[in-house]
Amino acid sequence: MEIPYTISNRPDTGLWNAKIGIWLFLASEVMLFGGLFSAYIFLRIDSPPGMWPHGLLNVPVGTMNTAILIISSVTVVLAWASLKMRKYNAYWWYMLATIICGLIFLTVKLAYEWPQKFDHFGIYIKTEALGKYEQYLGNEYAAEKGLAPRLEITGHLHNRAALKDPNIKEYEVALDPLNADPTNAEMDRPHFWPHPATEKIATIEKEDVQYATMFEPRHSAYFASYFTITGLHGLHVLGGVLVFIYMWLPVSKRLYQRNPEHLANRVEVSGLFWHFVDLIWIFVFPLFYLL
Amino acid sequence: MDTSTSVDTHHEPHAHDAAHEHHELGWWRKYIFSTDHKVIGIQYGLCGLSFLFFGFCLMMLMRWQLAYPGQALPVIGKWLPHIFGPGMADGKMTPDFYNSLGAMHGTIMIFAGVVPLAFAAFGNFVVPLQIGAPDMTFPKVNAASFWAFGVGGVIMMVSFFVPGGPAKSGWTSYTPLADISDTGPGHNPLFNGQTLWLIGFIFLISSSLLGAVNFITTIIQLRAKGLTWMRLPFFVWAQFVTAFLLLLAFPPLEAAIVMQLMDRVAHTSFFLPAGLVVNGAPAYISGGGSPLLWQHLFWFLGHPEVYVLILPAFGIVAEILANNSRKPLWGYKSLVFSVLVIGFLSFIVWAHHMWMTGMGSAVSAFFQTTTLLISIPSVIILSAFFISLWGGSIRFNVPMLFTTAFLPMFGIGGLTGIPLAFNSADLYLHDTYYIIAHFHYIVAPGTIFGLFAGVYYWFPKATGRKMSEFWGKVHFWPTLICMNAIFLPMFLQGMAGMHRRWYDGGQGWTLANAHTVWGLTGFEWNKPISWAAWIMGLAQIPFIINFFWSIKHGEKVNDNPWEATTLEWTAPSPPPHGNFVTTPVAYRGPYEYSLPGRERDYTMQNEPVEPDERTRRKPPADLVHA
Repeated sequence: MEIPYTISNRPDTGLWNAKIGIWLFLASEVMLFGGLFSAYIFLRIDSPPGMWPHGLLNVPVGTMNTAILIISSVTVVLAWASLKMRKYNAYWWYMLATIICGLIFLTVKLAYEWPQKFDHFGIYIKTEALGKYEQYLGNEYAAEKGLAPRLEITGHLHNRAALKDPNIKEYEVALDPLNADPTNAEMDRPHFWPHPATEKIATIEKEDVQYATMFEPRHSAYFASYFTITGLHGLHVLGGVLVFIYMWLPVSKRLYQRNPEHLANRVEVSGLFWHFVDLIWIFVFPLFYLL
Repeated sequence: MDTSTSVDTHHEPHAHDAAHEHHELGWWRKYIFSTDHKVIGIQYGLCGLSFLFFGFCLMMLMRWQLAYPGQALPVIGKWLPHIFGPGMADGKMTPDFYNSLGAMHGTIMIFAGVVPLAFAAFGNFVVPLQIGAPDMTFPKVNAASFWAFGVGGVIMMVSFFVPGGPAKSGWTSYTPLADISDTGPGHNPLFNGQTLWLIGFIFLISSSLLGAVNFITTIIQLRAKGLTWMRLPFFVWAQFVTAFLLLLAFPPLEAAIVMQLMDRVAHTSFFLPAGLVVNGAPAYISGGGSPLLWQHLFWFLGHPEVYVLILPAFGIVAEILANNSRKPLWGYKSLVFSVLVIGFLSFIVWAHHMWMTGMGSAVSAFFQTTTLLISIPSVIILSAFFISLWGGSIRFNVPMLFTTAFLPMFGIGGLTGIPLAFNSADLYLHDTYYIIAHFHYIVAPGTIFGLFAGVYYWFPKATGRKMSEFWGKVHFWPTLICMNAIFLPMFLQGMAGMHRRWYDGGQGWTLANAHTVWGLTGFEWNKPISWAAWIMGLAQIPFIINFFWSIKHGEKVNDNPWEATTLEWTAPSPPPHGNFVTTPVAYRGPYEYSLPGRERDYTMQNEPVEPDERTRRKPPADLVHA
């Protein structure tokens, strides 16, 4: 028994099966990420002034990753077009390029961006103690300029032991540029090129701390949604890469020799999926890095 | 081709199409890890029925606690502690375990019972046959869907045996309660009730997603030649819309479940507001989350889900109704458009589950309007069903008994929902037994009667044998009576103000409010209700025995025992791999019963239109107005 229309079009719908299947699947994916993005909107609208951080992500790296994904979208189309023209060698190279782009994206994300965040420390100061740390926060200056109130001190935690040990009564933090020099107008808005942490060390007593954690999902609603959405997006990238590797391996060459159109169709539907994964990133990038 | 020819060819199914099949599959590949839609449908069906019975058992335990609060269960109370652990110590139910049973009853009944049975089992078995397809478009995806469901079901069951017991925050898992339950000392960070509930759910959702993609593609691509959209049986339409609901409504819940999982495992605060106090101490969390967000995402699935439960039952009822009234279904086109409108509107009514949250009058006004709008297509469907009976020569076989019972039962469920659509009336009725009665009339004597009808109706197609009519009636009548004895009094309890989540069944409340209905207080009504529930449990025994007995020993029947018109009855019973002996072609609509001037009172979809048929079908001249 054979299922009809796996490769050729059904005349009255003008489509083969998997093409409908993948579009339906993508519709469902839109709803999945739609749910997450609406959560982002909901949480962001609800957040009190000063509680939604800005400028914590590395914009140049994010821009590069965006470019890499866009390039991979082009190469996957070229791979599909090569198959349609029955040029297997060109297909093989374009597919390899796509796979490499996907892997670079994942590596940058998992080996650089995420660990960099996990290494960063943030301390929300209790409302009543804000005045005590005015030299790091510059709230008077912020109020004057109409900027959002500053409730958090960020930087690199020097005494890591303080996280676990209740006997250590304070955190020692090498400050981020904003907290090192809070009244500098340069720091009013985030920069494209991030400034490195300064050498200036601040000591913050634990009893003044509302909530302190590394830049992990638990840090804030912002990082919770950042890690959840980029994590789920990363899983999608990984899935796409695995499928592409399968289509690039010699197994698929045998399919190509039997029925080139079948392989072309497979590349087409997985390419559609890949474009979708790209598109999600096109939303993720401005939402988390820029806005 | 009439039925007799297909019966003949049935005996030599290998005669045709020798080029394609013919590598015999091993037992495991054929019956367990099968990619054949019929086997998968039956697997789904057996699992779904088992889960339904299991969910019902949980409720029968709860009914004891409600009727005789604080007393040890008789007989089985001795060994329940061995199964459920400290939750049933000394055969008495703890409040926590009562909560667990409630949460798991809802979850299992809906997501592991009715959806797999109504959508996946009937959809898998019947839809490809009805559209004349050899299988689903993606048989392997279909198998993956079933096994994802299997893993999800197993995880749900495993959660009964982890320390602390299964999820206990209601089937809706409202946050922040669900975020913080089953945490802390004595609970494994991963293997605890609520976390397993979430993980199990991810698998159940993936299963529905794969199924939905497959169903829609199959219906679009694999319809037999000539089977145009308006010739599809109504059941196929119902499954088509259901698949879209699952496809689009489940993912937002999946997003919400991922977020709740993050809250529990990575300690984020998606659903935890700032300043949350747990056990008298401020929680050390970032806060900034929103409990209302969970409710929005949950009910964005939750409401379409209601229609996922009822639409397949509509479809089954439509098939059986037309077949047994020997008349075309009345208003086929309006039925189709109504079901499409229901599908669309069901996405924009979800917040009517949230009147109590104080969303604001503008939001409430919008959702009240859409909620009332959606009752219009529902009423059209039910009216069309009733009118279909008018003037028919009705055969009351067992499927038809369940079908005719479905109509008023669903009617009661639907009409009692109208007060709930209004914000002001709902404020009083919300969270009372009135709500329980209302939605159970939709899904219990509604959907489940539809499903029973479907089981009796398509059983001969799956096995080549009929289930016993006598034992079917022994199953039907007590079930019908008990269903009403269970749920009708709940309307009274609810209107008297009895809350739906009381562990003591309202005993304490009755002391303060001794208002009686027919001599019984709200609490005292629990006893007759519980007895009716247990008797209904006994009434399922004839069904279970009948079901398994008939597989081997039921009355042998031909391929079309109900003299039906749709394409599945042109296939042999049981259909072989690849389904049809000759590729079917459809020449007419799905319900051509009692065509004038024909020998038989049914004309199958694959019978070509005869040249003079159109003129014969013209009404007599005196009925035509000038």
